[in-house]
Amino acid sequence: MDILEILRAALQQALGPQAIVFALAAIGLNVHFGYTGLLNFGQAGFVAVGAYGMAVTVVTFDAPFWLGILMAIVAPLLLAVVLGVPTLRLRADYLAIVTIASAEVLRFVFGAVETKDTFGGSNGLNGYAGPFQRANPYSSGIDLGVVSFGRNDLWSLTVGWILVAVCCVLVWALMRSPWGRVLRSIREDEDAVRSLGKNVFAYKMQALALGGVIGGLGGMFLALKQASVVPSDYSTLMTFYAFAALLLGGAGRVMGPVIGSVLFWFLIAGLGSFFSQSAGEGGWIPEVIMSDTQASLIRYIVLGLAIMLLMIFRPQGIIGDRREIAIDGR
Amino acid sequence: MDADMTDQSNSEIKTGPAGLAGVSTEPGAKKPDPILVADNITRTFGGLTAVDVEHVEIQRGAITALIGPNGAGKTTFFNLLTGFDQPNTGSWSLEGKSLKGVAPYKVARLGMVRTFQLTKVLAKLTVIENMRLGATGQKGERFWAAPFKFLWGAQEQSVTEKADDLLARFLLDKKREDFAGSLSGGQRKLLEMARALMVDPELVMLDEPMAGVNPALKQSLLGHVKSLRDEGRTVLFVEHDMDMVRDISDWVIVMAQGKIVAEGTPAAVMADQRVIDAYLGAHHDTDLSELDEERLEAEVEAEIAQEEDSK
Repeated sequence: MDILEILRAALQQALGPQAIVFALAAIGLNVHFGYTGLLNFGQAGFVAVGAYGMAVTVVTFDAPFWLGILMAIVAPLLLAVVLGVPTLRLRADYLAIVTIASAEVLRFVFGAVETKDTFGGSNGLNGYAGPFQRANPYSSGIDLGVVSFGRNDLWSLTVGWILVAVCCVLVWALMRSPWGRVLRSIREDEDAVRSLGKNVFAYKMQALALGGVIGGLGGMFLALKQASVVPSDYSTLMTFYAFAALLLGGAGRVMGPVIGSVLFWFLIAGLGSFFSQSAGEGGWIPEVIMSDTQASLIRYIVLGLAIMLLMIFRPQGIIGDRREIAIDGR
Repeated sequence: MDADMTDQSNSEIKTGPAGLAGVSTEPGAKKPDPILVADNITRTFGGLTAVDVEHVEIQRGAITALIGPNGAGKTTFFNLLTGFDQPNTGSWSLEGKSLKGVAPYKVARLGMVRTFQLTKVLAKLTVIENMRLGATGQKGERFWAAPFKFLWGAQEQSVTEKADDLLARFLLDKKREDFAGSLSGGQRKLLEMARALMVDPELVMLDEPMAGVNPALKQSLLGHVKSLRDEGRTVLFVEHDMDMVRDISDWVIVMAQGKIVAEGTPAAVMADQRVIDAYLGAHHDTDLSELDEERLEAEVEAEIAQEEDSK
């Protein structure tokens, strides 16, 4: 058993690009679900649209790189409007159904053979990230003792964490304002907000768009980091991981999704390393009980258990406010 | 709606401050200065006609009570007037402006603000945040201005001052920093009413403001409602508490089975045989003395005994 190796694997993921992507997706979800009470089960769709918005603009339409970045923001905005107009006037459950379905529809359209010329089919698109890689100011990687990152990773991590920080500051500034107060009030009771003369639909739309754009930035970052976009990255699993990260950290808190995402990937990678060392040849778990392949999956069971226990004993998440949960909503 | 038709009740009309003296007491009576006028409002749920109001006017600057038995359509009528529900037919207007098809938030902005029978406080916001939400025309509620505190900080301050004044008036100032969800039912009623006043409404619509409020608070609530009238606002409220109706209302409208069946001053309406039959019951006016109570108890016990015997 090599504890240092477990720690290394866990930290590599917790600080790495995955944590950034899911932090951004979860910050967006936090605006939707944590602050406004919108049940968006299709955050993966917003992330995908952000990534493809950039890639398609640069690769398929041969537009300049900066226009690709702009489209990574505009495309999720459009998706928010298209989804929001018909559903935001209805009850919350309708939005949940529409978003989860549309995220899947988008993924299939991006991966379809018929749209291969535009979206690249199941192999996706690449060859747009050149300007990003060339802008790398670092001449070498960094070694922090336990973890080390190469030159390219260091550059994307810098950009990624700055992006996360900017989004956090934006969410913080918005949520302390009267605008944020209206959002939180809509979460509590939208009829009460209507009765006070606020246009609830407009606020919900703004929240959906803001959260969607932040999710889209996550997609843009993933696309830049990987230098390719592949439709299979944007499955419903992404949405559920983002929700898990958000609930783990604490919904309705600015830092909740970031802490949640870091912790989520720390646990996933740490547990993965732990079980892969424990099972199989040289491990302390006999082959009869658990094989190699089983060991690589058991982390998801443990993680599920951890989230269940968290919901039972600390439903507000790691940094949530106990007072808010203690109150009966009615 | 001739004057001679109402001679009998006219004799009982007190000359209130609201200029309602001499108004006919027929259902749908014309008022000298109506702020709200509604015509032919109907609303059906399946086969049930919940509201069927031919004509009604609400006098400006007066306190009007809407009473009636459970299921008479009072709350549905409220929902229709404020845009929270759409009627099948009919038109209605606030200060001459048609409200037909107008969204609830726009109705509120036009100056008609309501509270709810089942209170709608924002449980996970503090009391003061609940109050601040009520203020209209906040610059910081616009998305692009929101991140920049210097754009809305000063306004927030004045909103807070106004909110604190109202909280003090409604005896909620000690609860300022508590979550609204931790308030009792009566306190929630108070908060909802105070929050509605943050909008500076012309017409305040209160749906059962007294339900679940203790007697001492009730007295101060009565005072608040009266002071609203003194400030020149119009109040329309639904209430089952007849003491309150008698105490503060200038005018009473009685609904039964979706229709307006009677109108008039509190004294006139409560003496109206139709209203007594439909709603109040024969003994609504008599306080039960101990002796009466004993007699009643004895009667009830005798009845129970009889029923048991017959089994």
